[in-house]
Amino acid sequence: MTETSGVAKTDNGGACTGAPWKDPSQKPFIELQSLSKRFGSFAAVDNISLKIYRGELFTILGGSGCGKSTLLRMLAGFEKPSAGRILIDGTDITETPPYDRPVNMMFQSYAVFPHMSVEQNVAYGLKKEKLPKGEIAQRVHEMLELVQLPDLARRKPNQLSGGQRQRVALARALIKRPKVLLLDEPLAALDKKLREQTQFELMNLQDQLGITFVVVTHDQEEAMTLATRIAVMEAGRFVQIGTPSEVYEFPHNRFIADFFGKINAFDATVIACDGETLTARLDNDDTQIRTRHAPPLEPGTRCVIGVRPEKLLISTQAPTQEGYTVTRGVVEDLAYYGNRSLYRVRSRSGQVIQVSAQNYQRSAELLLEWDDEVFLSWDSSCSVVLTQ
Amino acid sequence: MRRSSTFLYSMLCFGYAFLYIPILVLMVYSFNNARLATVWGGFSTRWYSALLENSQILDAALLSLEIALVSATVATGLGTLAALGLNRMGRYRGRTVFTGMIAAPLVMPEVITGLSLLLLFVSLQELTGWPGSRGANTITIAHITFSMAYVAVIVQSRLAAMDQSLEEAAMDLGGRPYAVTLDITLPLIAPAMAAGWLLSFTLSLDDLVIASFTSGAGASTLPMVIFSKVKLGVTPEINALATIIIGIVTVGVVIAGWTMLRQQRQLANQQAR
Repeated sequence: MTETSGVAKTDNGGACTGAPWKDPSQKPFIELQSLSKRFGSFAAVDNISLKIYRGELFTILGGSGCGKSTLLRMLAGFEKPSAGRILIDGTDITETPPYDRPVNMMFQSYAVFPHMSVEQNVAYGLKKEKLPKGEIAQRVHEMLELVQLPDLARRKPNQLSGGQRQRVALARALIKRPKVLLLDEPLAALDKKLREQTQFELMNLQDQLGITFVVVTHDQEEAMTLATRIAVMEAGRFVQIGTPSEVYEFPHNRFIADFFGKINAFDATVIACDGETLTARLDNDDTQIRTRHAPPLEPGTRCVIGVRPEKLLISTQAPTQEGYTVTRGVVEDLAYYGNRSLYRVRSRSGQVIQVSAQNYQRSAELLLEWDDEVFLSWDSSCSVVLTQ
Repeated sequence: MRRSSTFLYSMLCFGYAFLYIPILVLMVYSFNNARLATVWGGFSTRWYSALLENSQILDAALLSLEIALVSATVATGLGTLAALGLNRMGRYRGRTVFTGMIAAPLVMPEVITGLSLLLLFVSLQELTGWPGSRGANTITIAHITFSMAYVAVIVQSRLAAMDQSLEEAAMDLGGRPYAVTLDITLPLIAPAMAAGWLLSFTLSLDDLVIASFTSGAGASTLPMVIFSKVKLGVTPEINALATIIIGIVTVGVVIAGWTMLRQQRQLANQQAR
């Protein structure tokens, strides 16, 4: 670590590249071992084990009351776990008080000290380390440059906008060069335009500093764009952990599938399953669905097949490709968005299927009209089997 | 429309007249030359000079100020500690009971508070020999006892409204609990502490009942002296004293209001920039 750079570079440097979670020889940077937190008889966090690797931007995603904030507060040290251990960089910090942890947090409310100027806010952590005045001043200046606030150093928080306050909170949390930065709903209080900008800035910062980020959010879009990996949390447990595309394309269950965007779910019965390919028949319809990536299921089992709207192809003529599943229906409703169109197609079984299609061709007239008979098709690898 | 606004306007005037005319009358009569407080006998400032020579009233006023200063300061300290203990020490057994109990002195009739404190002092004296005599010290202790409750309630409401993540953030940045209280909590509850101090000061200066119970021979606060004098008939000296007190309070309120207005304007200017 170079003391003068203001930017802490770790040996590995930069954000994590590749997929360390797939490599069993990699040492985890943060490790939760069967961590639980109970309030009375209610388990806010229920026996969670997790490994986060150096330089990751790990996102914990879930609705309100799922225990994600409790988990973050345990990492910061504000809540004592009822059971289990927390290790950071190989050191057990379960019993370490918050002021001795190599972890800093950016609060959802930003918690910028209202009676201190921007400068004093950012300097607070270094002052508590009893560093010499000159070094504090220099590091504060560098940090304010990094978050693009050098002109506002002497302002009081009530003279700042929401976005500026967020930068102050970020600078304050980063100045101690923590091993891990915790972010609680970092973008929730910003308006849409600022959110997008800040999102990319956060990613750039993380790239520059190489600090491991743990983000808690309820917003799936935020999670998708920021994260190296997402852990979806429900009722104190992780339902799925994976990269954004894994969670989106291969959701473990209906809850996760619905959480990340739209999905068409078909009730079906398994006809055959040979380990690689699963064949199922849709209820009230003779359409057969063939899909890969299926867990082995007995013929006759009831299941749900999910297909994302953008994976469906819509056409007026029957598609001829091999390996495609085809069903028929009538366009009931359509919405034109310019770059794409959204169709609601009623299948012969009466189910409404949503199709999102790119408008490849330039045409002032609609390619499909209401009440058109259409064929819907999708590649068998594009559908997933969901448990309820 | 017109009629009702005339009605409202006259009611407003009536209300304010009811509040302020007695005070004005009192102030006017303090310049009365006559010995009787209710008959106008021409303009004079003789009661002001008489007041300056009346060592009984002046001593009582000084004693009252002294008691008010000491009790307000101690009560602010203790009340703030109580509020911190009730609001920032997590959940513990009996917290709800203590929270309820701290508010009890606010609703307790003064006579009962005074009497029970008197009984306490008497039995303490029998048991331990302290306090040897009742006087300024016992009044001060009594005033601290009930003022503390007011301070605790005011500071507590401020603490409850404060974002607790501020303190957590300070702790997260390496502040130990003691330092966090000094760096973050105290500066932010300072306005509430000031309000508590002022309220305690006023309550102590104003108190007659509890002081009468807990005082002994020789120590009389200003309200006690005034009240005993009124029993023998109001003298214009007391009017003069009241006028001086009103004058001091008015100046204080005007200065406070002016400073606040100036601060607000400054803030508005800074934000406009």
